[in-house]
Amino acid sequence: MSDIKRITVRRQKIRKNYIKTKLIFLVVLAAVLLAVAVFAKYLCPYDPYAQDLLQAQKPPGPAHILGTDRYGRDMLSRVIMGSTTSIFATLVLVAVVTVTGTIIGIICGWSGGKVDTVLMRISDLFLAFPSLVFALAVAGVLGGGVQNAIIALAAIGWPKFARLARGLTLAQKDSPYLMAARLSGSSTPRLLVKHILPNIAGPILVTAVLDIGTMMMELAGLSFLGLGVKPPMAEWGSMISDGRVMLQTAPWMVLAPGGAIFVTVMIFNLLGDTVRDYMDPKERSGR
Amino acid sequence: MADTILEVEHLKKVFTANKKSFTAVDDVSFKLERGECLGIVGESGSGKSTIAKMITHLLDVTEGKITLLGKDITHVKGKELRDTYKEIQMVFQMPMESFDPRRTLGDGIGESLRNQGISRTETRKKVEELLALCGLPAEYADRYPHQVSGGQCQRAAIARALAVDPALLICDEATSALDVTVQKQILELLIDLKKKRKLSFLLICHDLALVQAFCEHVLVLYHGKVVEMGTPDEIINYPKTDYTKVLVDSVL
Repeated sequence: MSDIKRITVRRQKIRKNYIKTKLIFLVVLAAVLLAVAVFAKYLCPYDPYAQDLLQAQKPPGPAHILGTDRYGRDMLSRVIMGSTTSIFATLVLVAVVTVTGTIIGIICGWSGGKVDTVLMRISDLFLAFPSLVFALAVAGVLGGGVQNAIIALAAIGWPKFARLARGLTLAQKDSPYLMAARLSGSSTPRLLVKHILPNIAGPILVTAVLDIGTMMMELAGLSFLGLGVKPPMAEWGSMISDGRVMLQTAPWMVLAPGGAIFVTVMIFNLLGDTVRDYMDPKERSGR
Repeated sequence: MADTILEVEHLKKVFTANKKSFTAVDDVSFKLERGECLGIVGESGSGKSTIAKMITHLLDVTEGKITLLGKDITHVKGKELRDTYKEIQMVFQMPMESFDPRRTLGDGIGESLRNQGISRTETRKKVEELLALCGLPAEYADRYPHQVSGGQCQRAAIARALAVDPALLICDEATSALDVTVQKQILELLIDLKKKRKLSFLLICHDLALVQAFCEHVLVLYHGKVVEMGTPDEIINYPKTDYTKVLVDSVL
């Protein structure tokens, strides 16, 4: 009996340490990606915009590790430069969506009644559209450019967070500690910021991290369709679009940015999963 | 000498759900003097907690009037309501759930003081005093609710209620979630506080023995209506209504 218990405890400990190590490892990887995005300018071996037609469509080799595109631009430099646009646009998008969604969700969950009904029906409306089609329509109306792509994707992204935050707020709303806090003379904004928000932040944060990958792919998708960034600006989605026609003769032009998207999305998705495991109360034994 | 702390007149609460209405509290009136303790007994669902929640404005009043220290507080809002909370405090049934799981007990106890604009160091000092008053060592201020026992948590909850030095303390089944020996300790603490601080109590409870030990007056509630009122001895020894008899018999 006690042996079994001891083994379970030891297993839990091993699992906890494993999750922690994994989390640290992935946080470091994500930090490296961010560092690359921040210092892209200094990391590029060549000027990512300099054309050299003599070097056009060179396969990967010692001079150009990832080859060159049809204008002779160094693919590695363009992939590095593209990380700035891709990663920062994604992070801004996720931040916008998370913050607006959470604020709206808390308001809905807290006030209930008509406010809740109206805002939730609006969110239903946005959820009813096929997301990429809607984003295309918005981007089409507003025109291309990173900023408009972000607006388009934010318009369809917020309801998910609003619903999550609303549900979590509803679950907290009638708990005795909120009554006690109110009896302590806390005003409503104070209750929301000091008590509700910290208690619902966990699941929202996890969802946000998990969403980074999806959002990055959608942004790249819009760029691929020509509605995101404009050439010659380096961005992974538009780079894939550029190389698409030469997929059979010069596959590296697609594989380099494609691989970059794959690796980045993978890192952020794994990070999201690990953060979720780490925050799971079942995996935690006390503070 | 007798000055009225709380007066409740013809209080009524109707809940409406799916077009059906349910009267939880019906025409309840009572008076509470300074330093006095009134017990409200009754079975589950008889409207005891609803009365407490109406007095503390956690629920709206359907009909009736609540007067605190000569001031009508039935429909106060905002700043005035927050001022009311300096005179009324409540201890809840579930001690653990009545503290924010992500904040320390000290934060919870000091919250009302911080809300009044008292400095951090001053609040900390007061919190430690309150903890000592309720029989807890000062380092409990830095613990989280899940790190202490139910009884200790309830002591902290009482400390929190006393932080603003209220005139009226409502105990909503404050001991029923605790085991018997701890119940006794908490009760002793409350009796001690009653003597020291001249607090008035509204003790919501389903345990007649507890009420007998602690209250000057008892109010028996059945299906939202007051069926009997008097001193605990009167009610226990000479119950007038059938319901009270059942209640007394169930304890003895």
